[in-house]
Amino acid sequence: MSSESGGGAPSAAQVKTERLLNLVLVLLYTRRPLSKAQIRQLVPQYGTNASTEAFERMFERDKDELRELGIPLVTEDIDVLWDDEPGYRIHQRDYALPDIEFEPDELAVLGLASRTWAQASLAGPAAQALRKLRAAGVERDVGALIGIEPRLRTTEPAFDAVKDAVLRRVRLRFDYRRAEAPEATSRRVEPWSLVSWHGHWYLNAYDEDRAAPRVFRLSRITGPVRTAGAPGAFEVPADHEPEVMTRTAAAPAAQPSPAVLRVRQGTGHALRRRARTVGDVDDVWSLVDLDYGDLDAFAEEVAGYGADVVVEQPRELVDAVLGRLRGALTAHGGGER
Amino acid sequence: MPPVPQETATARLARLLTMVPWLVNRQGIDLAQAAEDLGVTTGQLEADLRLLFLCGYGQLPDELIEADWEGGRVFVGNADSIARPLRLGVDEAVTLIVGLRALREVPGLDERDAVDRALAKLESAAGDAAAPASRVRAEVAEGGSPELLARARQAIADRRRIHLRYVVPARDEATERDVDPMRVVGIDGQWYLEGWCHRAEDTRLFRMDRVEQLTVLDVDGTPPPEASERDLSEGTFRPAPDDVVVTLRLLPGATWVSDYYPVDSVQEVPAADGGGQVVTLRTADTAWLRRLLWRLGGRGHVIEPADVVAEVREGAHAALATYGRTGER
Repeated sequence: MSSESGGGAPSAAQVKTERLLNLVLVLLYTRRPLSKAQIRQLVPQYGTNASTEAFERMFERDKDELRELGIPLVTEDIDVLWDDEPGYRIHQRDYALPDIEFEPDELAVLGLASRTWAQASLAGPAAQALRKLRAAGVERDVGALIGIEPRLRTTEPAFDAVKDAVLRRVRLRFDYRRAEAPEATSRRVEPWSLVSWHGHWYLNAYDEDRAAPRVFRLSRITGPVRTAGAPGAFEVPADHEPEVMTRTAAAPAAQPSPAVLRVRQGTGHALRRRARTVGDVDDVWSLVDLDYGDLDAFAEEVAGYGADVVVEQPRELVDAVLGRLRGALTAHGGGER
Repeated sequence: MPPVPQETATARLARLLTMVPWLVNRQGIDLAQAAEDLGVTTGQLEADLRLLFLCGYGQLPDELIEADWEGGRVFVGNADSIARPLRLGVDEAVTLIVGLRALREVPGLDERDAVDRALAKLESAAGDAAAPASRVRAEVAEGGSPELLARARQAIADRRRIHLRYVVPARDEATERDVDPMRVVGIDGQWYLEGWCHRAEDTRLFRMDRVEQLTVLDVDGTPPPEASERDLSEGTFRPAPDDVVVTLRLLPGATWVSDYYPVDSVQEVPAADGGGQVVTLRTADTAWLRRLLWRLGGRGHVIEPADVVAEVREGAHAALATYGRTGER
């Protein structure tokens, strides 16, 4: 930071920040649109020594960058009689956040909403937004609602690129590895929405190659995410329901089926909690009666208990559990039974 | 607080345009306090003030912004045109709106009315920037009964110790413990209670959907001074130095394991070699690992260490034998 401590020459980024800030101040202060020549005079960093071409290139870039930040820099005719010379200004009414007053409890939940992103890539915008809303308020941060802290994380490398594309409605291309597939395949999609569900982010999109809506888990996007085309290039269907689409694809609903399990005493705690009935057979075993949804998912869960849980019924569940245990045995050097 | 490395000129401008109204409304604020609240170092804040001091709507002295921080108190003046914050950008509006909507769904939240009022005001203030927020939805967490969550929050508010009956599915154990509750955290899709566990004599995270019973005791539940909240930026898993390092081969169809569990390394296996991954992870307890591998049913196996390979094999053998003894039906 020595370059900024008075004596030394300021850095290029510092000079540019000064130039942009002066430009904003000048264009907000003026009551009439300003010509480029006037702006050049009022903002010293444009430099009187530079050529007019160099100034104009720089000014065009600055204008774009301010608009990118959301600053409503507009072009207006300076004089209705002389429409060949455009003027520039920023209207205060379009620039400033509308005056809103929040009650203390509203500010408290806004603070909590902002801190929800504290460990995510959006932590910066979340904190900045809260600072804007609290700019006028002098009340102290009332802190978290007692004892509760929701947190969203965005650990998926693709998150930021996908989020931007969803918000701006820009087409995307990426490589995607499905759970069962050995290799990633390339996808072209219209990104509709982004959903965090069960601790993972999902992209709901229209898959252009498959000509059908598809749900993508962000952690399975491999490599870079590339945008294709302009913002606002497609419409999201009016009846699109983000959560419903993700949930339906990620966890298809299954009809519950009954099962009877023999569970060793002192084990199978999670199964016992869900049981319809639990009866003791003897000192070693209990008989547990419960409903399951998806056969494969439940067989997987039961196989995880090893010798502590034995399926009595139904037969298809017995077979599915045996299949898993045999697979595990073989994969770890055990003989075929 | 980390410095702002290589902050671009536009990012800094955005920060300054937020900082000025904030400071204008807090004239005379302590420099260090302001830096902390603004999320920057004191050095950065001073550099920012020096920069403001050079800017204005003209270059005459009375056209420049006044910035003064002599004696450690910050005053900013002659900045009327930027004395109100810039409208919310899309990312800014989206984070707060999505966060508030997620909060609405928190079970047993007493402040739902405040959330709705804040949401309505925010949406009207954000204008066009609010529209894309409908395309981002977040469920912070689920699991755990609303009643248990509410009781845990109340115990924290009242500083009461609680008694938990808690199931550890990875080890298939039900445990009883007294806990001084510190906070309820929703992270990675689950609700957790963090507290000082008198059994472990350490802070612990308890997943709320694994709490079988939660009884509020008539005992002071102020956590001891050594109890500190865990940094959850890396998730809820905390490796220990004496953990065993395990290498797993995951076939396609089992690679969800590396999404779901914290792994140290992931190496993709080319499709020609069967695809999937080789991952390494650390664990203090191999019981859950055995369970995981039985569940995977051959779609994954332990490469090393050899004694864990043997444990998985013998356990699978014993499990199959229970079916054998009752007759292969």
